[in-house]
Amino acid sequence: MSVKTYDAGVKEYRAMYWTPDYVPLDTDLLACFKCTGQPGVPREEVAAAVAAESSTGTWSTVWSELLTDLEFYKGRAYRIEDVPGDKESFYAFIAYPIDLFEEGSVVNVLTSLVGNVFGFKALRHLRLEDIRFPIAYVKTCMGPPSGIQVERDKLNKYGRPLLGATIKPKLGLSAKNYGRAVYECLRGGLDLTKDDENVNSQPFMRWQNRFEFVAEAVSAAQAETGERKGHYLNVTAADPEQMYERAEFAKELGQPIIMHDFLTGGFTANTGLAKWCRKNGMLLHIHRAMHAVIDRHPKHGIHFRVLAKCLRLSGGDHLHTGTVVGKLEGDRGSTLGFVDLLRESFIPEDRARGIFFDQDWGSMPGVFAVASGGIHVWHMPALVTIFGDDSVLQFGGGTQGHPWGNAAGAAANRVALEACVKARNEGRELEKEAREIMTGAAKHSPELAIAMETWKEIKFEFDTVDKLDVG
Amino acid sequence: MPFQSTTGDYQTKRTLETFGFLPPMTQEEIFDQIAYIIAQGWTPGIEHIHPSKAMNHYWTMWKLPFFGVSDLAQVVSELEACHRSYPDHHVRVTGYDNYTQSQGSCFVVFEGRG
Repeated sequence: MSVKTYDAGVKEYRAMYWTPDYVPLDTDLLACFKCTGQPGVPREEVAAAVAAESSTGTWSTVWSELLTDLEFYKGRAYRIEDVPGDKESFYAFIAYPIDLFEEGSVVNVLTSLVGNVFGFKALRHLRLEDIRFPIAYVKTCMGPPSGIQVERDKLNKYGRPLLGATIKPKLGLSAKNYGRAVYECLRGGLDLTKDDENVNSQPFMRWQNRFEFVAEAVSAAQAETGERKGHYLNVTAADPEQMYERAEFAKELGQPIIMHDFLTGGFTANTGLAKWCRKNGMLLHIHRAMHAVIDRHPKHGIHFRVLAKCLRLSGGDHLHTGTVVGKLEGDRGSTLGFVDLLRESFIPEDRARGIFFDQDWGSMPGVFAVASGGIHVWHMPALVTIFGDDSVLQFGGGTQGHPWGNAAGAAANRVALEACVKARNEGRELEKEAREIMTGAAKHSPELAIAMETWKEIKFEFDTVDKLDVG
Repeated sequence: MPFQSTTGDYQTKRTLETFGFLPPMTQEEIFDQIAYIIAQGWTPGIEHIHPSKAMNHYWTMWKLPFFGVSDLAQVVSELEACHRSYPDHHVRVTGYDNYTQSQGSCFVVFEGRG
């Protein structure tokens, strides 16, 4: 392009970055942003600014641009759409050439797409709604260490959701008492228990002590019930060296699964740990502390479906998705959308579920959707319907709050779960016949009957803050 | 409530994974679950093992999985034949899902007395 000459100064972004005639390539990484510009700035200029600031552009022309071919490297805003029911914001679709990103690095993708641009003054708000990762890029990422099918095979759990619980109280138990709570849950019929995300290695319970007592609890419960069990040992730590040290110790103890917090720990740590898990045959449970800071505001931040996709690329065998019915925020359509994005191999565009692009994962393994937070036996029919078999249903308070304790609480949940799966397979409509199915199951289980009595009044009915955009 | 006399002492149960916490199924209920496996397009298979080895991943296969079989009665008669041959063994039915290369379902139909 030697015909170009250097013209210093500030140009309108749209001259270079708004390309409505562009047809995206199969190898392009595509992004949809919900943009809310400052008053008076044209939509095309806002969209072009987002494309520029998240790719090759800077505020002023620089002479060194002429040493490369920015037409090859630039991001392009190629479409603008109205947001249904919202006059102030609009969707901008941007295509990025694949060579802008280091292979196998969601870190690098996010640094570009949700970097400086989010503080850009011409914008009042900006939200990354979705990313289409081209299959060429997906193939450069390892993804889940094991995935859904391998985990089922290892744990011998077929034809039903897995059942779990987070050990409570979440802070303050000694390691031995904590192991007791794990043992009681597992002997009662849960498949898995979980360290609370806040549990790392505090003065009241250092990680080595916890790991040792939990390992004994898991193996005792396994021997006594005849079923395979696990506990997500949280290896999230202050630095990667300690994280790997904890992971190694969990492996030494013969434990099947460890756990990481992918947002507070960071994607670099997460990707490294996932690779360690693949290498060492360990399952990896992923918690999502901090997600609501990033994803809850409908006009600013990153939608959780993007974080979920990034986690599948970075690596994890389980990811928390919310429950729809419990104590935490979650719109049903939107949740079903990112649950599919975690588990399926091809997910078509579906605006009714907030999915803006077709997503092809190729052969990348799927991630179990984890429903956890304020759920109890009465929610079981809805949970089985919403989440299906490839999920982990986690009842923390709903297990350990049982009047007869953790083991009875676990049994109550297991009976309810199996009754719902059995009824579903018989062709019954779970949500419609919930009361009948649950009452029938309780006839054979005093543990379930008293659980149903205990939690019959609890509801979590607040309006969802982050709804899908509909007119 | 009739069960209030229960002390609240929960005794650990030895169970055999899926449906292990439900009362033994009636013949009709077992048929329904096998019909579900067939309706999903999965291949029914039968396995058995002595209860002392129930935690093994691999139980002994009873013949080959019943590829292409859509007749419920045939699967049921094979289950019964397996049970007659190994009366003291656990007998389970699996639904092989060739899309996921895993088992879509798996549950024990006859419990052996070990």
